Amino acid sequence: MPSLKDLKNRINSVKSTRKITKAMQMVAAAKLRRAEEAAQSARPYADRMNAVMAGLAEKASGSDSAPRLLAGTGDDKRHLLVVLTSERGLAGGFNSSIVKLARQHADRLRGQGKEVAILTVGKKGREQLKRDFSKLFVKHVDMSEVKRLGYEHARDIADDVLERFEAGDFDVATLFYNRFESVISQVPTARQVIPALIEEGEAADGVSAEYDYEPGEDVILAELLPRAVATQVFTALLENAASEQGARMTAMDNATRNAGDMIDRLTTEYNRSRQAAITKELIEIISGAEAL
Amino acid sequence: MADTMQFDLVAPERNLMSVPVREVRLPGADGDLSAMPGHAPAIVNLRPGLVTVVDDKGAEHQFAISGGFAEINNGSISLLAEIGLKRDEMTQEVFNEMMRSAHRKKKAAEARDAAQGVAESAVAAAVKLLADMEALGTHIGLDPNSSSVPH
Repeated sequence: MPSLKDLKNRINSVKSTRKITKAMQMVAAAKLRRAEEAAQSARPYADRMNAVMAGLAEKASGSDSAPRLLAGTGDDKRHLLVVLTSERGLAGGFNSSIVKLARQHADRLRGQGKEVAILTVGKKGREQLKRDFSKLFVKHVDMSEVKRLGYEHARDIADDVLERFEAGDFDVATLFYNRFESVISQVPTARQVIPALIEEGEAADGVSAEYDYEPGEDVILAELLPRAVATQVFTALLENAASEQGARMTAMDNATRNAGDMIDRLTTEYNRSRQAAITKELIEIISGAEAL
Repeated sequence: MADTMQFDLVAPERNLMSVPVREVRLPGADGDLSAMPGHAPAIVNLRPGLVTVVDDKGAEHQFAISGGFAEINNGSISLLAEIGLKRDEMTQEVFNEMMRSAHRKKKAAEARDAAQGVAESAVAAAVKLLADMEALGTHIGLDPNSSSVPH
């Protein structure tokens, strides 16, 4: 049985842990609000972009001259997985769930005899994937210096991906990230960006009117597709950032509560052993007096 | 017919401006154009240049954009630009950065061209982008040559 001093030390150490997790939870809550706002304000651009893209793509997809970013290379042998994770841990299952999805994806593709390459963004995903897939890594983007997520970060990633595509390194690119549903729910998502997938229904709203295209549909589409890739990467990064903070907040909330429970239990135990020690001492004195 | 229409200037990170306007002058890829209420629906590619907005009181506002596209509807215009700045916010520093990225694009296109001999139009597009960018700088009184050219 632990001594009273041990118990006291234990209680104090759990108390300081609780302070830390509580602080982290509050920091995550503040960051989450900012991340949500950022995601919100990026929405108009992405929505308009998607609507216009959908309208154009619908027209172009039938023709043979459709750009490769839309129609694909006509092959799907080589895949690029872009795995977006965070730079820091202590965010519950945030990173593991993305990595798990990416891993399943990679295993399935390799099982079908396809080539897989992996581009990682964020340290955590790289660490977790390193053991099984380190040979497949083509590039790592370090986001640890990034204080505020900007469009230029997304564009840099997208430019790199596009360059590889132009060079013929892969046929299909898929983004892996956590879609932000709510503070307690983040959904690991795989989204194919090259060739562009146009979601059903997006074309319906917004681009119903017959537009004049200047200089021409195909020229605009060729201009737009790389931008759409960057926009999708940006959206994914923002969703991911919000998800990370949400996951961390939930995880830290749990940790704080667990620490509280543990303190209660330890305190009970502490009081009990203190009481036992006092009783024991009394018995010793009484039986000592009786023996005289 | 209404004499104003809704104008939105949208950047990837946020909505920069949303006001009723009488007229918008756009630097289209094939030449400048003006859009007024009742303009036929159109989607126009933009080159780097100046956008002039005439608001409902007749005052003019100018924005420098780094290219993008505009969606013109009957009662509204949405302008999607990666970089959109008020003319007086456009400093030499920001402009240098834009020039650098244009230079980089040109270099990358040329390198690809040399390596594989693909898509002459890609190089031409990059060259045009650079030229447009220079023109924009000269137009608003910034020096296009003060940015360091990456190698």
